[in-house]
Amino acid sequence: MHNNNTAWIAPVRKSGVTFFTLGFLVFIGMLFSNQYKLTEQTLKPAINNSTHLQLIQPHLNGLMNETVTNKISFINDIRHTFSRYNDTVYQRYHISTTNIDALLTQVNTMGYYDLAMLTTTFNSQDDYSTYKIKKLTDYTSWLAGQQGKTLAEISEVINEKSSEINAHVLAEKSIDNYAVGQYIYALVKSSSSGVVSKHTALFFIFSVLLATIGALMYIIPEKFSAPAGIKNDNIFKNSATNGGLICMLAMTFLVLVYIALYFFPEYIIEWVSLVDPLFKALNGQGASPWSIYGFIYTLAIIVMGIRMFIKYRHSNYHIVRTGSIIFFQSCFAFLLPEILIKLNQPSTDLKNMWPLDYDFFDAWNLDSLSSSGDIGMFMLVWGITLFVIGVPLFTYLFGKRWYCSWVCGCGGLAETAGDPYRHLSNKSVNAWRIERVVIHSVLVLCIIMTGAALYTYFTGIKTILGIDTYSLRSAYGFFIGALFSGIVGTGFYPKLGNRVWCRFGCPLAAYIGLIQRYKSRFRITTNGSQCISCGNCSTYCEMGIDVRAYAQRGEDIVRASCVGCGVCSSVCPRGVLKLENGSTTAVIDHNMKDETMNIVQILSVEEQKSMMG
Amino acid sequence: MSKLVIIGNGIAGVTVARHVRKRSDIEIMIISAETEHFFSRTALMYIFMGHMTYEHTKPYEDCFWQKNRIDLKQDYVDEINTETKVLTLASGEKIDYSQLVMATGSQSNKFGWPGQDLPGVQTLFNYQDLLLMEENSKHAKHAVIVGGGLIGVEMAEMLISRGIEVTFLVREERFWGNILPDDEAKLVQQHAEIHGVHFKFSTELNTITAGNNGRVNAITTSTGEELACDFVGLSVGVHPSITLAAKSNMAVGRGILVNDFLETNIADVYAVGDCAEIEVVEGRNRIEPLWYTGKMQGETLARTITGDKTKYDRGIWFNSAKFFDVEYQTYGFVANEPIDGIDSFYWQHPKENICVRITYQTDTQVVTGVNTFGIRMRHNIWQHWLSHHCTLKYVLQNLRTANFDPELFRHYEKNIITAFNKQYPSNKLTLSPLQWLTKRFTKEQTNAQ
Ligand SMILES: Cc1cc2nc3c(=O)[nH]c(=O)nc-3n(C[C@H](O)[C@H](O)[C@H](O)COP(=O)(O)OP(=O)(O)OC[C@H]3O[C@@H](n4cnc5c(N)ncnc54)[C@H](O)[C@@H]3O)c2cc1C
Ligand code: SF4
Repeated sequence: MHNNNTAWIAPVRKSGVTFFTLGFLVFIGMLFSNQYKLTEQTLKPAINNSTHLQLIQPHLNGLMNETVTNKISFINDIRHTFSRYNDTVYQRYHISTTNIDALLTQVNTMGYYDLAMLTTTFNSQDDYSTYKIKKLTDYTSWLAGQQGKTLAEISEVINEKSSEINAHVLAEKSIDNYAVGQYIYALVKSSSSGVVSKHTALFFIFSVLLATIGALMYIIPEKFSAPAGIKNDNIFKNSATNGGLICMLAMTFLVLVYIALYFFPEYIIEWVSLVDPLFKALNGQGASPWSIYGFIYTLAIIVMGIRMFIKYRHSNYHIVRTGSIIFFQSCFAFLLPEILIKLNQPSTDLKNMWPLDYDFFDAWNLDSLSSSGDIGMFMLVWGITLFVIGVPLFTYLFGKRWYCSWVCGCGGLAETAGDPYRHLSNKSVNAWRIERVVIHSVLVLCIIMTGAALYTYFTGIKTILGIDTYSLRSAYGFFIGALFSGIVGTGFYPKLGNRVWCRFGCPLAAYIGLIQRYKSRFRITTNGSQCISCGNCSTYCEMGIDVRAYAQRGEDIVRASCVGCGVCSSVCPRGVLKLENGSTTAVIDHNMKDETMNIVQILSVEEQKSMMG
Repeated sequence: MSKLVIIGNGIAGVTVARHVRKRSDIEIMIISAETEHFFSRTALMYIFMGHMTYEHTKPYEDCFWQKNRIDLKQDYVDEINTETKVLTLASGEKIDYSQLVMATGSQSNKFGWPGQDLPGVQTLFNYQDLLLMEENSKHAKHAVIVGGGLIGVEMAEMLISRGIEVTFLVREERFWGNILPDDEAKLVQQHAEIHGVHFKFSTELNTITAGNNGRVNAITTSTGEELACDFVGLSVGVHPSITLAAKSNMAVGRGILVNDFLETNIADVYAVGDCAEIEVVEGRNRIEPLWYTGKMQGETLARTITGDKTKYDRGIWFNSAKFFDVEYQTYGFVANEPIDGIDSFYWQHPKENICVRITYQTDTQVVTGVNTFGIRMRHNIWQHWLSHHCTLKYVLQNLRTANFDPELFRHYEKNIITAFNKQYPSNKLTLSPLQWLTKRFTKEQTNAQ
């Protein structure tokens, strides 16, 4: 390059990439390092429901005390054991026609029905027989003895009661999906051992720390490579940022991680042990799969936040808002909830709120808050005040940005880790149409779901119009909470841009957006007729707003979706755009737009005539 | 039914089409050769540097044209018969019109240098030039740019983004010397040098020579120097595209001659944008080869075409540009050299690339123009100040209202006022408070003298 003092930059950045890649590979590689051995000791604490333990234990016999190194096969074996157990529960526990025939044969011989016959009919010592004997005893003891009942009557009763008993077998004896998931995770966790948990510090250093240092070595020298200014060179030529191959790989990785987190956390057990000591120190209990997620999430915001500090070092606006995001994520979303757990208080992220925090009005949360004394009550009142009063007030004063690009955790990730993908958002009018339908539908769904849950909470009635309120809630949690916000919303950053969730899905964004659109001082002011329609602003709008469409006709931008990140204003080469909380009304008069007529004189009819001579 | 045909789908032609469509139902067709759809020429550099793709530079989605019933035809107009009102296209197709708009834009200048058409030597104006530049820069290591204007500095920035060394030949003794005063030119020059540009001032191009492979390998300069290079960018201005007009009975000078209504000498034929040369009674005819003026002319002409005859008046001059990382805006008129009767007040940040120059009439103190680097200013405020003849004192005291920098940026109005008071100790100016609660335009401002 032009300056010899910058010769060090390229090698440092290159080593940074190497370190990052190594750290990343160690991070992935450790997922294959544990071995698993199921023993009496590991089984007991994992399945904390003693009935379930009794039920499943015999079926796990084949797996006991064997050391397995293949995680996938170990998990599959356990999963199969549970599903095979559940598949055969009915077979094993129901009172079969053979059982009934055998019983009736005795009844026929004796001429009456007697409970002692049960022990002879079901003469094995297993749990199944015990269960059947107990059930039949409960249901038919009144029939026992010589009561002058006819054989036909006795047979009828026994058949009838047997089918009643059989109808309940599955509910009583199978283990539900939720519990199965918990047990599998707990079993894998308790029976696994390996190098990561033995040398946690070492692994932490060579994975997370190494990757972080590598990332910083790549990021920081940027500061010395060229004067401050917009640095978007080659964004559309690099497959790591233009939606090409590296983006696809990143997307695949993210999607897999999210699927594992939501549905198969047992596969990332080594990652959990990696941060276990840290979380023990923080919350006194240790780490869960969501702990490693929260930790990496926060780390990503900090590291990529540093990248923002450097990339936009010429803009105080970006520096301050990135600082704010880092603060809220690390203190409010990450540290505070863990400390609250340590203090035995209900754990909550005080900056999150309904309807984004869709389980705020879940019965368990309301119960937990209302039973936790003053602090719980405070959290309840705070949570409600924030969205009832805080949102309209702050949004009126500062626009949607006060939350979406200064405070929110989802927005925080999008603004930092997601920044390299911001230009991938779709700017077409069609995308805007879809956005409006989808995001407002999610808001409506969330309101209905929450309303229904509250109805059940206060009345105790479990269904509305024949719909189970709990199933509404779990459907929302699955489709919106997991699939949409996690897998699509973040997993698809490298393909659809960094604000997929915020733009199409977030019910809180929908709510704040409505206020911003109709009752807020915030707008993006367009500077006279300075726009050269270059398209930088639209391209770099993460929300897919076609900023240029407004700017080139001199119209101010007041859009529900605008999160006020300020990047359009930064990338504009002609200084056309300014985010403001204006004291005057925004120029969005649709009759005025498209006109620079203040610059053009209009002649009267007389003048025209005289000119034309 | 009447049919409006527009030749050229640049900003001028497209603005005419759009505004006619807003006001009228007539048939509209745009014929243009360069690209199928309108794109932003000003964004060519960003495509090259990978900030955007070509698709991003289209200000309207492709479905826009059909939706607004504006027919597009990608072809070259070979001939115009203004008697029969028929166009002949390169494809042989004939198109009739009832009204015709010439919006044929500009072409890059080349001044007949030996070797100017060698492979590796090029100008930058249209999309094809961009593709060529992509090709020419592939193996280039050292480039020479000739001509110190805006397109030249954009070319320099483009090449540097690919790690190509750039030497810049500038005829004047400073950068963009026919527009910028000394201080501003220095500021831009120093900033460009930090980015790696090597300037050679008071230097012109003599010849361009080829190597064994037939491609450019060196140039010689008016100072007798020979510079080895594998890329030469010629950016010595543009001239209106008038070939078609000239052979079609239209009166042409440097551009297509039009009056204040943008009418040519032939009935129902108009010209707008870069290609138009507006005749003035006194002084030199005006050619305005700018994006903004093309747009304003287009808006004006659309009125005339739809029956509301409107005179084109550019109003208060403004322009803006960006030199690498430094943004520049100007409002009103700031001369490159001192002129009699006009004084100027100049403030520059001691370290950053920030400066402001305000010019004013010596006797009345009425402000005549401003150059600002590194501080964004509000267009409507400056337009208002200039058109209402506000005085220097008034402008300085209210400079804060004109600030258009993003929020949380450092403000320099205090420094500017302090510098002014120091320079003119008899003045004890103070900054007026910002009037957040009142509208930006008050009576007081209107009448301020
Ligand atoms: C790299 C670059 C950067 C610039 N940056 C700025 C800037 O920052 N600010 C600014 O104000 N200005 C800038 N300009 C100038 C600005 O782009 C032009 O003034 C503007 O584009 C002119 O628009 P126009 O519609 O008059 O003509 P053009 O955009 O030139 O369009 C004319 C079209 O007509 C077509 N055409 C011509 N003859 C025929 C024919 N016979 N048949 C069919 N089609 C024909 C041409 O192919 C062309 O597509 C820049 C120019 C360049 C090249
Ligand atoms: S970035 Fe600026 S100049 Fe370019 S289209 Fe947007 S507002 Fe206009």
